[in-house]
Amino acid sequence: MEQYISLFVRAVFIENLALAFFLGMCTFLAVSKKVQTALGLGVAVVVVQSITVPVNNLLYTYLLADGALEWAGMPEVDLSFLGLIVYIGVIAAIVQILEMFLDKFVPALYQALGIFLPLITVNCAILGGTLFMVQKEYNFAESVVFGVGGGIGWALAIVLLAGIREKMKYSDVPHGLRGLGITFITVGLMALAFMSFSGVQL
Amino acid sequence: MAIDVKEIKSVLIKPIVDNNPIALQILGVCSALAVTSKLETALVMCLALTIVTAFSNLLISTIRAQIPSSIRIIVQMTIIASLVIIVDQVLKAYAFETSKQMSVFVGLIITNCIVMGRAEAYAMKNGPVMSFFDGIGNGLGYSVILIIVGTARELLGSGSILGFTILKPIADGGWYQPNGLLLLPPSAFFIIGLIIWALRSWKPEQVEDEK
Repeated sequence: MEQYISLFVRAVFIENLALAFFLGMCTFLAVSKKVQTALGLGVAVVVVQSITVPVNNLLYTYLLADGALEWAGMPEVDLSFLGLIVYIGVIAAIVQILEMFLDKFVPALYQALGIFLPLITVNCAILGGTLFMVQKEYNFAESVVFGVGGGIGWALAIVLLAGIREKMKYSDVPHGLRGLGITFITVGLMALAFMSFSGVQL
Repeated sequence: MAIDVKEIKSVLIKPIVDNNPIALQILGVCSALAVTSKLETALVMCLALTIVTAFSNLLISTIRAQIPSSIRIIVQMTIIASLVIIVDQVLKAYAFETSKQMSVFVGLIITNCIVMGRAEAYAMKNGPVMSFFDGIGNGLGYSVILIIVGTARELLGSGSILGFTILKPIADGGWYQPNGLLLLPPSAFFIIGLIIWALRSWKPEQVEDEK
C-alpha cells in the first residue's frame, strides 16, 4: 500500500507531467486563460489518463512486449515496435467512446467539456503518460495509480496557471512580452517552485 | 502543375521568422523544452521532426482527395505514427545512446502539434510538392528555436558545445562557474520567453492584442 501512495505523490508533484516533463504544453498554454475552462480540461485529462494508461498497460503486457504472445503459442514474437501506433489508436478510440458515452448518459458533463474532449487525443500528456508507463515497466496496479496521479498533477498545474494568468491582467507587462512571452516566464517560475518537491522521499 | 520557385522560397523561409511554429503559432512546444539541455539531442530532434513533418505533409497531400473528411484525423494519425515508428527504429539502430537520452520524446513527435497542425492546415489544401517544402520550412522554424535554446543551455549550463569544452569550468581548473539552473527544466521556459520577447520587439506586429 505504501508503495502506491508514494507512487501517487510522485506522479502528482515530483514528476509532474506538465511542469517537470513539459507534456501537453500546447493545450497547457492555449487553454489556461480562465480557471473555469482550465478546470474542465483538467477533469477531462484526469478521466482519459486514468483509462488509457491501464488499458495500454494490458495491451503491452499481453500483446506487444517481447515474448508476450506466449499464451497464443508464439513465445518468440516481439511486437514492441508496433507500440506507438497501437497506443495512439487506443487513445483516439477511447476518447471517441468516452465522447459518445458522455453524450448519451451524462449530457451535462458532455456540455461542460465541449471541444476539449476531442482535443485530448493530440495532448502529449496522455501519450506521454503511456510511454512513461512502458519505459518504467509498471505492473497493472501501478499503472492505474500512475494514470490517475499523472492526470491529477496535470490538472493541478493548468488550474494553478490559469489562476495566475487571471490575476496577471492587473499587472503592467512590457509590450513585447505580453501574451505568450510572459506566460512562458510564469510557467518557468512555477516549474522552479515544483522542483522544490524533488527532495521529498517517501 | 507549375512549380513556382518563388513560392517555394516563401513557403520555406516564412515559418522561420514571420510565422514561427513555436514563437507565434504555439505549436510543438513540449518537445522543444525537454530535449534542449544538450545541443546534440536538440539537433537529432530537429532532424527527426523535420523529416516526419515533410514526409507526412507529402503523403497526406498526395492522398488528400481520397481521404473522407469524417475520418481524416485517424488517417493522418496513422500516417504520422508509421513515420515516427520508422524514425524511432532508425535512431535505435544507429544512434542508440542518443535515443536513450531522448527517451519518450521521439514517440511524442506523433502528438507534436506541428506535424498535425501542418497536415491539417496546409497539406489538406495544397499540392504534394508545396506541402513537402512547407513541412521542411516549418521543421526549420522549429529547429532554429531549438538550436538557440540548446546552445544557450549547454554553453552556459556546462560550459561546452556538442561535448567540446568551450568555457573551462572551475571544477576542472578553469575559470567558468557553470550555471546549474540552465541544466534544469525551468530554464527552457525562460529562454523561450526571452526569444519571444526579442522576436516581438523586432517585429511588433506579432504582439498579441490586449483584450
